Amino acid sequence: MDRPVLELRNISKTFPGVKALDGVELQLYPGQVTALIGENGAGKSTLVKVLTGIYTPDGGDILINDEPVRMQAATDAKRHGISAIHQEAVMFDELSVTQNIFINNQNRNRFGLLDWPLMRRRARTLLEYLDVNIDPDLPLRELSVAHKHLVSFASALSINSNIVIMDEPTASLSHHEIQELYRLVRRLRDEGKAILFISHKFDEIFEICDRYTVFRDGQFVGAGEINDVTQDDLVAMMVGRTVKQIYPKIEAEIGEPVMTVEGLCHPTEFADIDFELRRGEILGFYGLVGAGRSEVMQALFGLTPTSAGSIILNDKPFNPRTPGDAVDQGLVYVPEDRQHQGAILSLPIFQNITLPQLGGLSRSGFIDMAREFDVARQYATRLQLKAASLSENVENLSGGNQQKVVIGKWLATNPNVIIVDEPTKGIDIGSKAAVHKFMGELVAQGLSVIMVSSELPEVMGMSDRIIVMHEGRIAARFDRDEMTAEAIVTAATGA
Amino acid sequence: MITEKTLKQTMTNDLPKDMSRHLPDSLNSDLRSKMMRWETLLMVFVVIAFFTNIQLSPYFLDPWSLSDATFNFTEKAIIALPMALLIIARDIDLSVASTIALASVAMGFANTMGAGPIELALIGMGVGTVAGFVNGWIITKFDIPAIVVTIGTMSLYRGIAYIVLGDEVYRSYPEGFAFFGQGYVWGVLSFEFVLFLCLAVAFGILLHKTTFGRRVYAIGNNPTAALFSGINVKRHRLFLFTLVGLFAGVAAVLLTSRIGSTRPSIAMGWELEVITMVVLGGVNIMGGAGSIVGVFIAVFLMGLVTFGMGLMNVPGIVMSIFTGLLLILVIGTPIIWRRVLTARKMKSKSGN
Amino acid sequence: MKTTSIIGKLISHREWLLGGLIILMLVGVGSAAPFFVGTANLAEVFDDTAILIMLACAQMLVILTRCIDLSVASNLAFTGMCVALFNVAYPETSALVTVVMSIGIGLMLGAFNGLLVWLVGIPSIVVTLGTMSAYRGFVFLLSDGEWVNAHEMTPQFLALPRAAFLDVTVLSWIAIALTLVMFVFTRFTKTGLSIFAVGGNPKAAVYSGLDVGKHQFITFCISGAVAGLCGYLWVSRYAVAYVEVALAFELQVVAACVIGGISIAGGIGSIWGAVLGAIFLGLIKNALPVIGISPFWQLAISGLVIVLAVIVNSRSEKRGGRRILREAHQ
Repeated sequence: MDRPVLELRNISKTFPGVKALDGVELQLYPGQVTALIGENGAGKSTLVKVLTGIYTPDGGDILINDEPVRMQAATDAKRHGISAIHQEAVMFDELSVTQNIFINNQNRNRFGLLDWPLMRRRARTLLEYLDVNIDPDLPLRELSVAHKHLVSFASALSINSNIVIMDEPTASLSHHEIQELYRLVRRLRDEGKAILFISHKFDEIFEICDRYTVFRDGQFVGAGEINDVTQDDLVAMMVGRTVKQIYPKIEAEIGEPVMTVEGLCHPTEFADIDFELRRGEILGFYGLVGAGRSEVMQALFGLTPTSAGSIILNDKPFNPRTPGDAVDQGLVYVPEDRQHQGAILSLPIFQNITLPQLGGLSRSGFIDMAREFDVARQYATRLQLKAASLSENVENLSGGNQQKVVIGKWLATNPNVIIVDEPTKGIDIGSKAAVHKFMGELVAQGLSVIMVSSELPEVMGMSDRIIVMHEGRIAARFDRDEMTAEAIVTAATGA
Repeated sequence: MITEKTLKQTMTNDLPKDMSRHLPDSLNSDLRSKMMRWETLLMVFVVIAFFTNIQLSPYFLDPWSLSDATFNFTEKAIIALPMALLIIARDIDLSVASTIALASVAMGFANTMGAGPIELALIGMGVGTVAGFVNGWIITKFDIPAIVVTIGTMSLYRGIAYIVLGDEVYRSYPEGFAFFGQGYVWGVLSFEFVLFLCLAVAFGILLHKTTFGRRVYAIGNNPTAALFSGINVKRHRLFLFTLVGLFAGVAAVLLTSRIGSTRPSIAMGWELEVITMVVLGGVNIMGGAGSIVGVFIAVFLMGLVTFGMGLMNVPGIVMSIFTGLLLILVIGTPIIWRRVLTARKMKSKSGN
Repeated sequence: MKTTSIIGKLISHREWLLGGLIILMLVGVGSAAPFFVGTANLAEVFDDTAILIMLACAQMLVILTRCIDLSVASNLAFTGMCVALFNVAYPETSALVTVVMSIGIGLMLGAFNGLLVWLVGIPSIVVTLGTMSAYRGFVFLLSDGEWVNAHEMTPQFLALPRAAFLDVTVLSWIAIALTLVMFVFTRFTKTGLSIFAVGGNPKAAVYSGLDVGKHQFITFCISGAVAGLCGYLWVSRYAVAYVEVALAFELQVVAACVIGGISIAGGIGSIWGAVLGAIFLGLIKNALPVIGISPFWQLAISGLVIVLAVIVNSRSEKRGGRRILREAHQ
């Protein structure tokens, strides 16, 4: 066996309140694709940032070709031949394709100035190599998500790197684009590059990876040859328990329709959205990242105006123009981005919980602090919030407890429809189970839940029905007894 | 205060019995004590400035002299109150001084048309309100950063004043009008100063006790999350800009009445002093934090220092060096201090 | 649909729109007062606008990195006073030394702003609002409030910007040269490209190994150096130095940038935009007296133009969400 080209030993990284990486290890071999597997919050993205010099680890060694190296800035990674394709397209919308590709390794002419004609030619060659027809002079903002991804691919290739990191590269790609991507990955592998492929989709891991490394809660769990394991083995390593235990589906009594959506359209983001939500039901929305699910939910919550269609909520026409309208009508939304949209991190817990219904807790505009604390305490207790006090800032809580605050804030308004967007993204397994259990309790009390999720096991484990979206439209609908993973994924990738 | 009774009622009504464990409302070391530190520091400076002034001038402690000293800063302080709310909500208004000029010119013009004292005051406040509303409307309607828009209107509003007045001066305001800026309510207490004290209390209550104030903090800490919590962020911002405009108008009435004349260059550079007062009072320039108490003390600190420099015959332009550097110092010091603290914390951690 | 997209295109090609507006204005004023569009007068107008053009180019770089430099006019006044007093004290100093000195002093003042933004992390608006007032105060400390008048300055000191070459003043040539240097800097150097990148997407810049704060610092240094140079040129051209030199001129500089389509949100803009924005303002200023409008209108007009320009900018910069639907691509 070859020597690993890159080796991590005992790497740790701590953030306030979170141990993101706890003595992990990793080996990458030339000419092999290594899968890094783990749930959200297992530390995969932190590891990528350590490898690319964006975070400096608190402890441990990084070895390249058996030599210890220090990685303190993104330029160090480049110098050591590491390039990365990040999960979010971290690129420059206002710059041209060529400028994006060569943002940190330009060619100069003999006057020491940037040689754009040469770089444009090189960009064209790289894009040809990737089999994609993109004008290198276009500003990046005019490209589709998939093409942007390919540009970041080209950028990674422009540095002649031996180590390529791909952080969930297929998350927003269609079926056809994914096949193209696999072809590329294999080609790079055959050229002798060491590839770290981060994913939590098992089919693709088994399709193109040679080795695996599993993280759980920031710790190293295991590594080895992919041929030596089965999917069940990997799942067991990833979650440390079986799937059934994680999704305690409570069978609630499903009643009459609470909300009916007909022909809802938006000029650019989604079209022809029809569905019915019934009392006591969890309705799952599955799709690729960027399929338009969040956009639909934000329209229902009055954040985005729609161009056509009608909504009936509680037997009344519902036309929310602000989130305030939606809250008044009993529809609330737990957004995907907890830290920026969900909670106000720098304010205390009790103020977060009571924020949407301050009017009800005040007398002619003056806040009744006693009642405010009563309400906050009630929901903190009900959600089993772990904190030092109700006056603690939300930023000091763990991800799971932050999510509980956001959910608590909406429950306190006594809604009858609650939309949760990626409710367990980036929170630890314990909190995850608590959130799932709690959703079960809510529907048991007669609420209706819409759950947007990109985690297939979660959608399948929790939902009574599933709607699959693809490119802004509804691609398929499944009842609980007809759901299969294959059918759902096929619908979602537009295959 | 939370009474034991209400607490028990909620516990028994809404909660399962086994959940007796609950979170305390707050810990002793919480928030409030931390927040008060800056105000305490300010108070210490106020005391130092006070005694320095006593040393500088034997007449300083004379009630009339003290009362005179308040005129220096009262009008600015009155704008600082709503400005504090605006900055806490993550906005800023650089056009307040120009709004004063515009409102003052409007009053001067109305005076030539024969308006009485009350009408003049209403016109001044009205013009200020409209100017503030226009700022807020452009900013919220087109979603443009407040800084650029108010740099533009700063130039526009004063520019209108120049168009109307050129190098002329409006004088001879009616006698009754003098009361606003020169009148005394009770003994040595001027109308201006009493108005400021009342407004400070009102703004303190508005910011710290009402739902409106709570929403202002929410918007300032995270406008997106505030919007996602059902708060009509735009309407609140629009209201705050209008409020700042109104009180710039009030300041224009007081200032015009006090000096008895209007030039287009009136109140030049005041926006800087107002913002310095607010920031010195502990309001975070990036929004989300601050208190009226802090601003209230800062106003007095600025007033005392300016007065002391006046006693030492320091010219006004040199005071602008002081104001400018103070602004930077006041914002920079806590940032550096915080960085030193975290560095020390990291060190002690790695030492373990 | 079609008409809006044409308007959208026009707006996105801000330089063309602005160029068209300038020509329209020339035609309008020229038809009322033909001498205005004569070459001699146009050269004079350009000479009068040269300083604004230079400051706008430098300010553009600062704005590209999501900052703003409000202290340029005070920096200009301070540096101008410094070199004027130096000239009085050492009359034999050559003009070249004066130029180098003015750039050096300006650079230091700019670097002070930049360091506070970069290393301390204070918002640039606060830093430069503070130094705007402080630098202006320093002018008073330096001069004791006195004026330095033409007769106290040496002929050499006064001659440089006014000397003519090919019927165009050296001041104008300096502005043209600086514009070209800035163009090359923004288009053909790594630092220039990085300035666009850190302003366009600071997060992505970090991922690409670009130091956001350092680039902000660099732009403040450039802005300061150019302001210093303009300090000498201003004092020399108008042959007087006093505390209120170029008072509130920073507003015109920012206005020129905003009119030139430089996005206050960072990352969008071009040198030509800044130059045309400055020329636009310069034309208005010079045309007003010609068509019989009092110069007191100038402040209000530049304010109004700033407000209108940011509104237009905000509309053209607005882009929809992700554009998920396939049809929307076409």
